[in-house]
Amino acid sequence: MTNSFLFIAFPYLSVTIAVIFTVYRFTADRYSYSSYSSQFLENKELFWGSVPWHYGIIIILLLHIFAIIIPGAYRWLLAGSRIELFESIGLGLAFLSFVGLIILAVRRLSDSKVTAVSFATDWLLLFLFLFQVGSGIYIALTYRWGSLWYLNTIVPWIWSLFSFTPDSSYVVILPMIVKLHILNAFFLIAILPFTRLVHIISAPIPYLWRPYQIARWYK
Amino acid sequence: MNIRTQISMVFHLDKCIGCHTCSIACKNLWTDRKGAEYMWWNNVETKPGTGYPTKWEEQSEYKGGWEIKGDMLKPKMNGRWNRLLNIFSSPPLPTIDDYYEPWTYRYEDLFNAPEGDDQPTARPISLITGESINIEAGPNWDDDLSGSTIYARNDPNLENLTELEREQLNELERLVFFYIPRMCNHCLNPACVATCPSGAIYKRGEDGIVLIDQKKCRGWRMCVSGCPYKKSYYNWNTGKSEKCILCFPRLETGQVPACMHSCVGRIRYLGVMLYDADKIENSAKVSDNKLVDTQLDMILDPFDEKVITAAKTQGIHDEVIISAQNSPTYKFVKQWKVALPLHPEFRTLPMLFYVPPLSPIIAKMEGGKFDVVNADSTAQTDHLRLFHSLTDSRVPIKYLASLFSAGDTSKIDHIYKKLIAVRLCMRSITVGDVAQDDLKKTFEMGNTNAEEAVMIYRLTSLPSIDERFVIPPMYREEAIESFENVYDYKSSAGFGFVQKAERRL
Repeated sequence: MTNSFLFIAFPYLSVTIAVIFTVYRFTADRYSYSSYSSQFLENKELFWGSVPWHYGIIIILLLHIFAIIIPGAYRWLLAGSRIELFESIGLGLAFLSFVGLIILAVRRLSDSKVTAVSFATDWLLLFLFLFQVGSGIYIALTYRWGSLWYLNTIVPWIWSLFSFTPDSSYVVILPMIVKLHILNAFFLIAILPFTRLVHIISAPIPYLWRPYQIARWYK
Repeated sequence: MNIRTQISMVFHLDKCIGCHTCSIACKNLWTDRKGAEYMWWNNVETKPGTGYPTKWEEQSEYKGGWEIKGDMLKPKMNGRWNRLLNIFSSPPLPTIDDYYEPWTYRYEDLFNAPEGDDQPTARPISLITGESINIEAGPNWDDDLSGSTIYARNDPNLENLTELEREQLNELERLVFFYIPRMCNHCLNPACVATCPSGAIYKRGEDGIVLIDQKKCRGWRMCVSGCPYKKSYYNWNTGKSEKCILCFPRLETGQVPACMHSCVGRIRYLGVMLYDADKIENSAKVSDNKLVDTQLDMILDPFDEKVITAAKTQGIHDEVIISAQNSPTYKFVKQWKVALPLHPEFRTLPMLFYVPPLSPIIAKMEGGKFDVVNADSTAQTDHLRLFHSLTDSRVPIKYLASLFSAGDTSKIDHIYKKLIAVRLCMRSITVGDVAQDDLKKTFEMGNTNAEEAVMIYRLTSLPSIDERFVIPPMYREEAIESFENVYDYKSSAGFGFVQKAERRL
């Protein structure tokens, strides 16, 4: 019962909340979509925190998603001795983002100007991400090789959710820390529309091809 | 020919007394809010000086404006990929310390302090953190501080000056300075628009006003770096960037922008100009010394029949064309050629032009006298010596060229000669002591004539408010009415922002 709530109902619920409220916030309060950068108030520590954090987490997150979308290619990537290289890179990126996060947390705590513009959700996000990256590193170090069993447990579980034939048996056998990592991930998805995380959705990719100059006419 | 209309401005620096009334009018109207306290959409700087934010002209540091790379015109901040890869912590972004930390005073201490031997004081506290701070910079912090080793001598425009010229500028007890009011230039090739990753900044097609769509801005803050004039500001409270809106709600109702309306020295002129939008990129791509000329080439003659017909076929209203013909800015900039854009080498094609300051003329002291007449003994008559004094001018011509013509001193020279000719012409009319021969030579050197000189004099010294500000009819309501049924909104709760402009989540 608990398992089917946590690993079937909760993921559906969190994604539903994320979609509905992201769309709602975008239509009803588009003004509030911002990255809420505090670089203007403090930019030296931010560089050493924000850059490693973002580059680390974006690549790791994309690899998580990549395994879900194209499991075949991912399996090929891990074949043979390549897995050691793959895991080393992953772990390196995880440490990079973890160090970045710690610098960001220290910055937010120590710089009075940044503290002044901090919202409760900023602290919550920092805490949740520290747990998420920390647990990820712990899993990578203790349960080898995570990238491989991820492919055989979590990926099929996600697919079962996608195809609306949810099967929690893939994940209930996993160690507690892995379960917490999963649940925290879906909790982060659920709170996305209520935090500054919405800036992920407005990543300005179209900038790469739009013309430099923009004119708007009444008509 | 792709004709567009642009509201442009001319600031006559000879008339600016540095009173900051414009800045205050703007602040009271638009930026007296949390997160915007430090912003001065309009500010007045003492030159030579480092300005606001400190050393904003130093583009090697701030990376504002455009540059030519190969045969491409690119933002100085580099290409699109580079911008996105640096989005997490944009290196050239100025921080609050480059402007100043806004503060107030703990006034309640004056009333609530317990009785004691000393007077209670109101300590300054930061408007960001609420903690007490030491005020180390503020609005107009370097006001009138010409000659100061911290401010005036660090002016980036002094770079090209010789030691002698710098000395001239800083000569003890003869320090010279002038004011330059600055606001958004509503450029034809705005770098803030080009560098905005969200595409939130746009130029209004009908009048060329550059605006930031607050609902589209995501706070990537690239425009702050991209604008070489540092006239886009990041609101640290709302997480959005803001800039001068040229008081468009006032303009649309036929009122003059607040900064211009309040100008005590009446130095400001506003009018519409027609320009050829097809020429934008090529005009910004020429070498430094041609930039001003190509920009003037883009501006079209509103009296030219061809231009008028083309403008009409492209949907520009007859009355807008008439107001372009009456535009004081067209006269100063294109007809008389006595106004120049600020730092054209930033290549944004700014549409705010400055008439360089003329006085005081002479720099060097000889025999304890600063007599203009003694400046150059080779000139035949006293009046003509005025022209020869230009090389000795107290504000070195090279300094003004660095500000207004990308280093080309001949442009400043032409303007000076014309302005001196205007003065001599008016002297001959009002005092009558200028010999006819001198007057003729004066007009030759100034490349002008009596008729033009009187017109320049009139618009400089005696204009009425309607001559200084020729606001084109905007027809915005009519335009909206023809595409939308405005009666749908009848008895509804209004439009625009329903929510408060602040961070909520």
